[in-house]
Amino acid sequence: MPKIVFIEPGGARREIDAPLGITLMEAARQNGVDGVVAQCGGACACATCHVYIDPEWLAKLEPPEDMETGMLENAWQPQGNSRLSCQIHITAEMDGMLVRVPERQG
Amino acid sequence: MLSTILIIGGGQAGAQAIDTLRREGYQGRLVLIGDEPELPYQRPPLSKKYLSGEMAADRLPFRHRSFYEEHRVELRLGNRAARLDAAARQVELADGETLSYDRLLLCLGAESRRITCPGAALLGVHYLRGLADVGPIQMGFKPRSRIVIIGGGYIGLEAAATARKMGCEVTVLEMADRIMNRVVAPCVSRYFAQEHAAHGVNILCDTRVVRLEGEGRAERVVCADGTSHEADLVVVGIGAVATTALASEAGLACDNGIVVDEFCRSSDAAIFAAGDCTNHPSPRYGRRVRLESVDNAFEQAKTAALNMLGREVAHDRVPWFWSDQFDNKLLIVGLSQDYDRQVLRGDPGSRSFSVCYLKGRELLALEAVNHSKDYMAARKLIAERVLLDPDKLGEGERPLKEAV
Repeated sequence: MPKIVFIEPGGARREIDAPLGITLMEAARQNGVDGVVAQCGGACACATCHVYIDPEWLAKLEPPEDMETGMLENAWQPQGNSRLSCQIHITAEMDGMLVRVPERQG
Repeated sequence: MLSTILIIGGGQAGAQAIDTLRREGYQGRLVLIGDEPELPYQRPPLSKKYLSGEMAADRLPFRHRSFYEEHRVELRLGNRAARLDAAARQVELADGETLSYDRLLLCLGAESRRITCPGAALLGVHYLRGLADVGPIQMGFKPRSRIVIIGGGYIGLEAAATARKMGCEVTVLEMADRIMNRVVAPCVSRYFAQEHAAHGVNILCDTRVVRLEGEGRAERVVCADGTSHEADLVVVGIGAVATTALASEAGLACDNGIVVDEFCRSSDAAIFAAGDCTNHPSPRYGRRVRLESVDNAFEQAKTAALNMLGREVAHDRVPWFWSDQFDNKLLIVGLSQDYDRQVLRGDPGSRSFSVCYLKGRELLALEAVNHSKDYMAARKLIAERVLLDPDKLGEGERPLKEAV
């Protein structure tokens, strides 16, 4: 099972076992990673699962669709490596991926 | 010092309250009482990807069981709160256990409004609210099954889209002159009616159901105009009513929901309430509202938890809602009542557009069809009461936030 490393808003480092087939948001939420709120549960309707993907890993992900990009543009402090974690499906290649959680959502 | 907090209701609000209470340092006894046997789970997928079978059941719960163990939450699931004695600060459960509390949070939710016409109690008439409701509906959603859906609101239309995707023959009967008439603009209704028609859903508006007929089981739905529709399965989605019996029987003020103040406090100072079951003030809109929304359940639960711990935090949010139908996403932010002008942005023919509701120059609400950018921009503009230029708003190409 791939391990994902989250850096929580306070700086704490959390290593999570993320089963294949679920989303990055689900892996974070099930394990109670701080700051990944995910109110809409993965419908791409709230932008409260916003994360920053480590630039080294960003290019390895499927690019975002327009719906996600539109959400991110008006999220809290978007950056070039911003993604909605509900739109990223866990794959074996993500083992070790580093993900930073913003200080706040929306 | 608080030593015991009870939460009744294991939905979105109940789950969030647990999270906030523990995060904010509450160390006392914490008990979650829920009438459903499952760990707190997400409801929105029940009419969408869970119903269609695309989403497995193990993805529905908010948290693993271990989360509740680690956070020392005593679970009383599959166990109904039968009676509340507010004077004695006690809750009696259906299995006879009595629990005392210092603070009580009611997250009772809402329940499906029932049809009352003759034949309403026949077998094969289903409502969609909880996980237990899904199985029987799923079993009936077989290729070529004739599904009749009573009510063209969110639930009815999402169920219709799912049934159609699963190969059923689907008819939606709507009493009003257009679908989703209480929640969206006419052009949005028209767009979704066309989408459903293009996918082969038969939507009939101005159609009032007068009775259901069949031998033991609903076999046809008869309408006021004399038409009748053969059905293998009927799904009813005609709205929901707040669940308040426990609260009203205990003497708490209830009026279309449990009446709470901006701190989510009920008429009893030790009892708070959050989510679909509350009638609460909306500072942004200057009136009392009752909302059926994930966002409201989440935010009120957070506010209630903080106030139970003695922080004075008021609930002041612009609500939002969404619906998925076929490959369309409807995003709504704000409450549109009292608007004096509607402005369309973009062209429905392009499959991506939005409708603004203005009062003077202030944006009250926005409905976005496949347009997340306008939706996200509107959330800020509505909350901050930014004054807009209605003429610039109509220019669909101009970003919404520049229409000031």
